Amino acid sequence: MKLKQTILAIAGVALAGSLQAATLDDVKAKGHVQCGVSQGLPGFSNTDDAGNWTGIDVDYCRAMAAAIFGDASKVKFTPLSAKERFTALSSGEIDVLSRNTTWTMTRDTQLGLNFAGVLYYDGQGMMVPRELGVTSAKELDGAAICVNTGTTTELNITDYFKSNGMSFELVAFEKSDEVVKAYDSGRCNVFTTDRSGVAAERLKLTNPNDHMVLPEIISKEPLGPVVRQGDDQWFNIAKWTLNAMINAEEMGVDSGNVADMMKSEDPSMQRLLGTSGDFGKEIGLENNWAANIIGMVGNYKEIYEKNVGPDTPLKLQRGVNALWKSGGILYAPPIR
Amino acid sequence: MTNQTSRDIAYLRTEDAPVLPPPVDSIGLIGWFKKNILSSMNDFSSFGAAVSSVFYAVLTFGLLYIGLSLLWGLFDFTVLSAVFNDPEGLKRGVCTTVAQGGVAENAVGACWPYVKAKWQLFVYGRYPAEELWRVDLVFIMLAVGILWLIWEKAPFRKWVGLFMLTAYPVIALILLGGGKADYEQSTVGFFLIAGALFYLAGVLGLRDKLGEVLLAFGGGVKVFGIALLVIGLVMLFLSFDYGLEKVATDRWGGLMLTLVVALTGIVASLPIGIVLALGRRSKLPLFRVLSVAYIEFWRGVPLISVLFMSSVMLPLFLPEGTDFDKLLRALIGVALFSSAYMAEVVRGGLQAISKGQYEGAQALGLNANQTNKMIILPQALKIVIPGIVNTFIGLFKDTTLVLIIGLFDLLGIIQNTFADANWATPTTSMTGYLVAGFIFWLFCFGMSRYSIFLEDKLHTGHKR
Amino acid sequence: MQDASSKGSSVLTKLLYNSTWRGWLFQALVLLAVIAFFVWIIGNTVDNLQRLDKKTGFGFLDQIAGFQILTSPGVSFMGYEAGVSTYLDVFWVGVINTIMVAFIGIIAATILGFMMGIMRLSKNSIISAIATVYVEIFRNVPLLLQILFWYSVMITTLPAKRDQLSVFGDLGGLNKTGLYMPQPIFADGFGYVALAFLVGLVGCWLYSKMATGIQHRTGKRPMGWPVYLLLLIGVPLAVFFLLDRPLSWDIPVFNNEGPILKRGFERETGMVLKPEFLALWIALSVYTASFIAENVRSGILAVAHGQTEASQALGLRAGLIQRLVVIPQAMRVIVPPLTSQYLNLTKNSSLAVAIAYPDIVSVFAGTALNVLGQEIEMIFMMMMVYLILSLSTSLFMNWFNGKIKLVER
Repeated sequence: MKLKQTILAIAGVALAGSLQAATLDDVKAKGHVQCGVSQGLPGFSNTDDAGNWTGIDVDYCRAMAAAIFGDASKVKFTPLSAKERFTALSSGEIDVLSRNTTWTMTRDTQLGLNFAGVLYYDGQGMMVPRELGVTSAKELDGAAICVNTGTTTELNITDYFKSNGMSFELVAFEKSDEVVKAYDSGRCNVFTTDRSGVAAERLKLTNPNDHMVLPEIISKEPLGPVVRQGDDQWFNIAKWTLNAMINAEEMGVDSGNVADMMKSEDPSMQRLLGTSGDFGKEIGLENNWAANIIGMVGNYKEIYEKNVGPDTPLKLQRGVNALWKSGGILYAPPIR
Repeated sequence: MTNQTSRDIAYLRTEDAPVLPPPVDSIGLIGWFKKNILSSMNDFSSFGAAVSSVFYAVLTFGLLYIGLSLLWGLFDFTVLSAVFNDPEGLKRGVCTTVAQGGVAENAVGACWPYVKAKWQLFVYGRYPAEELWRVDLVFIMLAVGILWLIWEKAPFRKWVGLFMLTAYPVIALILLGGGKADYEQSTVGFFLIAGALFYLAGVLGLRDKLGEVLLAFGGGVKVFGIALLVIGLVMLFLSFDYGLEKVATDRWGGLMLTLVVALTGIVASLPIGIVLALGRRSKLPLFRVLSVAYIEFWRGVPLISVLFMSSVMLPLFLPEGTDFDKLLRALIGVALFSSAYMAEVVRGGLQAISKGQYEGAQALGLNANQTNKMIILPQALKIVIPGIVNTFIGLFKDTTLVLIIGLFDLLGIIQNTFADANWATPTTSMTGYLVAGFIFWLFCFGMSRYSIFLEDKLHTGHKR
Repeated sequence: MQDASSKGSSVLTKLLYNSTWRGWLFQALVLLAVIAFFVWIIGNTVDNLQRLDKKTGFGFLDQIAGFQILTSPGVSFMGYEAGVSTYLDVFWVGVINTIMVAFIGIIAATILGFMMGIMRLSKNSIISAIATVYVEIFRNVPLLLQILFWYSVMITTLPAKRDQLSVFGDLGGLNKTGLYMPQPIFADGFGYVALAFLVGLVGCWLYSKMATGIQHRTGKRPMGWPVYLLLLIGVPLAVFFLLDRPLSWDIPVFNNEGPILKRGFERETGMVLKPEFLALWIALSVYTASFIAENVRSGILAVAHGQTEASQALGLRAGLIQRLVVIPQAMRVIVPPLTSQYLNLTKNSSLAVAIAYPDIVSVFAGTALNVLGQEIEMIFMMMMVYLILSLSTSLFMNWFNGKIKLVER
């Protein structure tokens, strides 16, 4: 009898340990944020030869770690394919998915996910070899198109060609490296994916300058981080990590001047950096959470320019991703 | 009498005829050529024979031409027009022509500087550079262990074999992963305590100290206890701090990952396969049905669907919040899959054991478990070693499939390097595929030779 | 001591040491464990699905699929069209493509494998050496690598889309977009030609029965192959011409003018095999043939040498020895492992996913799964397809095996 009870007690303890608590408590208990990223997309999430992750999606995860732990390095990355990503998130394998994922209604409502906002406004673009002499997607009748089996790329391109009454051939690969290779060797005339992805994959071509990106954008692809439904606290942290970075850019705080700004008298600055009010405490964090994000990772402008901006190989202009004040559509709710 | 006279007869030889050299056209190169090649195409005695001769001649020289030109093409690609050095660090420039933006004058063959630059990735994946000695150590131990086991006159072979199958995997896991696994203390404790209790109960039960039921089932209880203890001990060892830096599995890759997947697959599938094979031949109908269903299911579906299942569906099968390493999931898929094949190999061995062995064991008064453990399995496993090696070759080749679910094995990492714009040349992919092909070929060919050698050794029947 | 215990609970002891009872007890325990395991998994899955609020069930099969699929046997057979066809059609496209590549792969691998196996045993050293090298290279390199290699060769070395490598003269050609061939167009009467061929086939069978009968009675076999030729080719040909040639060819049109993207072979003309299909087909056949060659070799070697010697003693010619004595006996050894090679080839066709050939894994458990996200149903359907294919292949081969076994006494 006694033996049985002991075994049961031990088993009970073991089981209790694996039961799901609130995500934030879990994350704090294990000491790091587990973040789902892509298997390699330059500028968004990619490893260098030494195995370090870089990119705008990666920096978002670092920002979350900075907000929670005050240490941007307390984050681990799980590379995921398009197919695995939602299962990985909903099964609890990862805490947040930051993998250039398009915000759609189906995903937001039917898959049990919550989008924390838009990290990058994108749209599906196309690349063609210059030698074709094509200047518009409307001239692509009869083209062979290489795509990576994503979730929306094939659907968008099929819709576009059908609605314009053009014939085409779709060659769909499971891995992005193979798409690039097939396009580079001339199997297809067109390479299509998100505009940012086109810019990134173009770098992998033998002669990037022999190829051009067509002006048409055939879809809306707001890319953003995703969390599980049903944990509002964690959802809030994800949402406000992003908002804090955008607000910081708007208010002119960056990693260079954040220490000075801590002394600022401006009430909105004080609220952002946590020198007044209890905004951090309300979402389960320290009050200087945003100051940590800005100090350790940077504001939105910094991570944009570091990873995908005009000075990087991707050479992506801010465009719609500029602040609302400078003609873009980036607009974060205020902290008050 | 006649001896005497016959010696004097003039027309009888008194000495041996001189030994003449064989005809020129039956020895040496010409002889070999005549015997082995010309013989099939020099018969023009009838119309049919002439047709056949001409056919053979055309076939032989046609094939020879194709073979030689392929060989020449390979030689040209890998040696003559290949680029070997990149003294100025031009990267892709050194392997591309001027028109393509490089410095080479003519189109080049294999781009060896690319292989040199990426070699570390090919072998270790993205394993941290300062920790590579750990992987090397694991490799060396593996090589020494295997050589020891192959060399038949080596001492302590039994102990080395035992070490390679038990301690080595744990040591390798600690070295590669770095230990410090964060298991719940209570979980490890549970396995250790429960294992010890079951073991004790089994031992005492067998000595008739704990009553009827445990006397009858003590053996099973003991084995169950040992299994729990082993799991607990492995977890315990893995969770110690050895002063090694922790290296997460997403940084494992290259040849190292290929070996990890293949070896884990084979080591894990052996016990499961033996149980399944015994189950398939069991007298108890349920065991038979379950084993057959398991074996036929996994043998009926392709490995890639198993890998998809383990990577996409496994999280849905487990309770909410169960955290699973991606590599571990792939390993589970590979082990489930290969154990079905292993079961069939072992069954082949079991079937080869003659009925007399079972009857003899029965006559000695052994029960079913003892018969299997002491009489049947030792003989059967010895016979199936070539089969196991062949299964391993298949598994080794199949590990390349993990690249489809996003793990970077040898082929995966090589393919991944094609995307590096610094080394994008027209021949990069061909060079990479050649390297991958050669490494896999070397391993598989070596193992298949070994398996043939074993088969010949075991094969005592009549040979032609 | 012993007395005491055996007296104390004799019923229990008897039960525990009764092998039948023990067997049932063990089975009950294992059954319980298996059921518990499945209940646990199903419970978890149901919980997870509920928690995630995920759609379940097979309703998705009626939804319209909005993506295009690469031209392939399945697409032409199902008349698949994006925006019109349903996901059920996508499923069938995948199934047909898998069966198609497996089927012609099996045919090619069998021919190539038997050739190589026989060549390996040739007395001619050059031929046997070449066959040996072939087998040892292709058997020991992973199939996935071979598929990627062939595909890479195809898309890098073949002429570009607006160019072609003539293979059939003006009737078609080969370039990066595929192998173009004339497509037969069957007019109304062609069914009769096919029927005539079937009749010819039955006639051949009857004739050979009759010939064997005559041979048994008189010891002489009547004229053989001219009759077969007449029945198999002459009869259908006669019907063909009688019906005024009910067959025409759709020849692919090569276009060198017009908009740059429209140059090359015109769409919808002729018949095309895409490079993805070709690469997969070549790789599967070449790889599997190297194993079949080994089976064939060991099968022939397994026929005892005495058989050949005895046939020689009877005065049979070399060809006849092979055909009447060696091959029939070798087949019995060759067929069982051949079955598993066919099964392997079928399963290995799933590697199509690496090179964009729309087989069931690539198009249904890949593209469609990405769009719909119903992993459980879709992977279940995919596995069922492979299980059914495997089971039916092995049933057929078992039947065939039984046929050739009958010869044995």
